Amino acid sequence: MYAQMVKTDAARVRSLDEMDPVERAFQERIDAGQKIEPKEWMPEGYRKTLVRQISQHAHSEIVGQLPEGNWITRAPTLERKAILLAKVQDEAGHGLYLYCAAETLGISRDEMYAQLHSGKAKYSSIFNYPTLTWADIGAIGWLVDGAAIMNQVPLQRCSYGPYARAMVRICKEESFHQRQGYDVLMKMVKGTPAQKAMVQDALNRWWWPSLMMFGPSDDASVHSAQSMAWKIKQNSNDELRQKFVDQTVPQAKYLGLTVPDPDLKWNEEKGGYDFGEPDWEEFFNVIAGNGPCNAERLNARKKAWDDGAWFRDGLTAHAEKVADRRASAKIAAE
Amino acid sequence: MMSSEWPLWEVFIRGQHGLNHRHVGSLHAPDAEMAINNARDVYTRRNEGVSIWVVKSSEITASAPSEKGPLFDPSNSKVYRHPTFFDIPDEVGHM
Repeated sequence: MYAQMVKTDAARVRSLDEMDPVERAFQERIDAGQKIEPKEWMPEGYRKTLVRQISQHAHSEIVGQLPEGNWITRAPTLERKAILLAKVQDEAGHGLYLYCAAETLGISRDEMYAQLHSGKAKYSSIFNYPTLTWADIGAIGWLVDGAAIMNQVPLQRCSYGPYARAMVRICKEESFHQRQGYDVLMKMVKGTPAQKAMVQDALNRWWWPSLMMFGPSDDASVHSAQSMAWKIKQNSNDELRQKFVDQTVPQAKYLGLTVPDPDLKWNEEKGGYDFGEPDWEEFFNVIAGNGPCNAERLNARKKAWDDGAWFRDGLTAHAEKVADRRASAKIAAE
Repeated sequence: MMSSEWPLWEVFIRGQHGLNHRHVGSLHAPDAEMAINNARDVYTRRNEGVSIWVVKSSEITASAPSEKGPLFDPSNSKVYRHPTFFDIPDEVGHM
C-alpha cells in the first residue's frame, strides 16, 4: 500500500446518533455511496485524514521514481530503456494527479513538498530498499506495483471525488507497470542459470518488503475503522495482503521461483494460502527513517528540488516579463 | 529572487474530433504556454486527446454547493420537458 498507517485523529468511531445534524447528514451521504466534492462541508478529521493519505500516496509515487531511475542508464536494451523511461514518467504523472487531488483540500503543493523534505510527511516504506540488479526492476513492477494495484483498485470507489477520479487514471496505467515487470522476469528466467539466480535473489529480497507495504494488521485500529466509516479505506490490511499472496504465489511458480517463506502453504479450507509474518520490527525501523536507503532517497529529492530552483524561477520570470510586455503594449495601443 | 508558487490551471481535453472538451484535471505552470506543454505530458501520454484547453483555476466561477437546491430543484417538477412525458399512440409511428 502506498499510504501506510494513516492517522485520523479519531479516538473512536461515533454512531449517527452522537453526531450533530450537519455531520450526520455528511455521514448519511457517505453511507448512501455519494461522493464528496471539494467545496462541500466535511468534518475537519475527514479533510485532514485525506490530506495525510493522498499526500503520502503522492510522495510515494515521486520517491518511487528514484529506485527505478537508478537503472534507466543501465537498462539492457534500448527497448527496455524506453519502456522504463515511460514507466518512470508515469510515476511522475501519478504524483501530479495526487498532489492536485490533495490541493482541493486546501493545502498547496509546495507545502506538501516541504513536509516531505523536512521528513514530517512519510512515503511508502518500500522505496527505501535498493535496486541492486536489473532483476530488481522486474521485481518492482511485478510485486511492488502489484501490491499497489491491490490497494488502488478499491480506492477508485473512495468517497472523496477527486481522489477516486485520480485513482481511475492511475489504475489504468499501473497495469502496464506490473505487466512490464513480469515481462522482464519472464525473459530473464529463460536465460542463463546466472540470470535465473538473479531473479530468485530479487524475489528473496523484495517479497517481505512487498508484504509490508500493506502495513501491520489493522483489525484493532481505530484509525482504520474511522477511515472505513468514511469510505476512504475499503478493506483491511490483512484482507489485501491475503489477496496479494493468493494472486502472486502462482505467478512465482510460473516463473519457476521459490517464494522465500517456509510457512507458505495452500489452505484448502479457506481457499487461500497460509503464510508467515513479515518482520514488523524491520518495517517500523524503515518507517522511522532507518531503512537502507532512507537518507539517500530524501537527499536525492531535496537536491532535485534545490537544484531546480533557478529553473523554476527562470520560468516564473519569463512569464512575468511576457505578461508585463503584453500589458504595456496594450497601454501603448490605447 | 524568491521562489513563488506557480498558479493552478484546469485542463480540458478534446478526446476525439467531434466531441466536447472535457475537464480531466489540473496542474501548476508559470504561464499558459507551459500549462499546455505540461498538460500534454501529464494528460495525453496515451493518445487521450486531439486538443487541449487550459484556464487558470482562479478564473473559474463555480456555483456553491449550498446553491444546489435553488438552482436545480425547480426543474424536478417540470417533467413535461422530457419527450417521454407525452403518450403518443403507436399507430402514429416514430416521433
